[in-house]
Amino acid sequence: MSHEPGRLAIWLGLADGPLTQAKTVRFGDASAIRSGRIWSILIVVVLVGLWAIASRHGWIPAFYWPPIGATWDRLVRLATEGFRNVPLWEHVGISVFRVLSGVFFGALIGIPLGFAMGLSSVARGLFDPVVEFMRPIPPLALIPLIILWFGIGEVAKIVLLFLAALFIMTLAARAGVSGVAITKVHAAYSLGASRMQILRHVILPNALPEIFTGLRTSMGVCWSTVVAAELVAADRGLGSMIMIAKNFLQTDTVVIGIVLIGLIGYGIELLMRWTERRLVPWKTGA
Amino acid sequence: MVYTLPGGGSVRALEHVALDIPEGQMVAILGPSGCGKTTLLNIVAGFLKPTSGAVVVGGRRVTGPGAERGMVFQQGALFEWMSVAENVGFGPRMAGRARREADALVAELLRRVGLGGFADTPVYRLSGGMQQRVALARCLANDPGVILMDEPLGALDALTRERMQGLVLRLWKETGKTIVLITHSVEEALFLGERLIVMAPRPGRVIRDMALPFAEMALRTEARTVKASADFVQVREEVLSMIWSMEEEIMGGAQDVT
Repeated sequence: MSHEPGRLAIWLGLADGPLTQAKTVRFGDASAIRSGRIWSILIVVVLVGLWAIASRHGWIPAFYWPPIGATWDRLVRLATEGFRNVPLWEHVGISVFRVLSGVFFGALIGIPLGFAMGLSSVARGLFDPVVEFMRPIPPLALIPLIILWFGIGEVAKIVLLFLAALFIMTLAARAGVSGVAITKVHAAYSLGASRMQILRHVILPNALPEIFTGLRTSMGVCWSTVVAAELVAADRGLGSMIMIAKNFLQTDTVVIGIVLIGLIGYGIELLMRWTERRLVPWKTGA
Repeated sequence: MVYTLPGGGSVRALEHVALDIPEGQMVAILGPSGCGKTTLLNIVAGFLKPTSGAVVVGGRRVTGPGAERGMVFQQGALFEWMSVAENVGFGPRMAGRARREADALVAELLRRVGLGGFADTPVYRLSGGMQQRVALARCLANDPGVILMDEPLGALDALTRERMQGLVLRLWKETGKTIVLITHSVEEALFLGERLIVMAPRPGRVIRDMALPFAEMALRTEARTVKASADFVQVREEVLSMIWSMEEEIMGGAQDVT
């Protein structure tokens, strides 16, 4: 190699990085193939380009898929005037708020519950049938019961998301406790630590990676659940926005809503990964 | 010590093991796999309750783990979420000792195990040998009367292992602790032990209990010289053949292909 490939070229996957350069076996070695980002960029450009061309020539009726210009105008109007007198950011905000509340309360109850199940035979015996029974039930199947109990207000939605997050968090915390290497616990005992100190300084930090996986999963599940719940009964939130827009045949608003739902879900995932790298560096290798 | 198996049978992991270890002695316990040496150590540490018999340390009967019996494990016993200094200071911190006093102790111990500049390094960034140095320092921070070592150097490469043997020997002499060391390596047992216990399997029992001169010798001469001396080689061959014959017995006369 006579010249060093630029960092941009490596990032885009146009050139081999210092690690992949020397490898001769590529097929079958996932770490030896280039990033391929150039193709990711290309596909997005091509798709948007196709959309622009199709809009210009009027190939698809606006009823099925909106033209790109009108969608942009709609986005600007949603951002400035809002949708049905509710600003767009409020639709987004209320959905995010519901998810965060659900996950928060789910973790608040689920983590101690999972710890108790991992540490005490009484707690394990008491809660195991309940948790194992509730776990495979999709949260959406609970919506009718939740509506009967709590109506269609804010409480009902947060209770639904709480339940969605609760069992995931319980199982994650329990897995975290059972995953503690016994040598670490033994080491702590022979260093004179009490049971409470072992819980606080050994078991809890050891369970953090599992708890984080649980948090990520619950965020994902709650985000899908909140949109679905808003489709059923809500006057605010991204889910309700696209449902109401459908009634008015506003395909552009529906498409914008779907894109926002995807972007926010992805953003939540990235944020969780970032936090995880900060808090459990020994597992993520940061 | 009798283990009851899930199938209903039972295994006599240890039988008639009676040892009297004077204060300050370094005892090496050697034996083929399955001879119950780790079981024995776990009983002394208080992690296992013997089905019969008792362990008495300093006049008090052992009923569970305690800070007066420190333990060094083979690997994986450090707390990855803590820095080197936090690991070493764990015992004093749990005992509620004053921060400044503990900090001074930690700094002193890190210097002694050769990790002076690594106080704030996360332990998962350290090499295997350095991690075991942390484990030794962490154990010493509690100033236990007895230190139990379960293959402390077993996961290290040969060169690091030799260097660490020197460190263990030095720490033992400096602190005057009673040390019970379990090892697979005959050479290590001979080099570090003041006294050698050889155990045999099925049931786990002591078949040899002898005094060794090499640890004392190594404090004065070069480690390599000690290991190459005629006495050392002779005892090593003797113990090796003892263990080899046991291993063959375990195999039940199976054909040795290699």
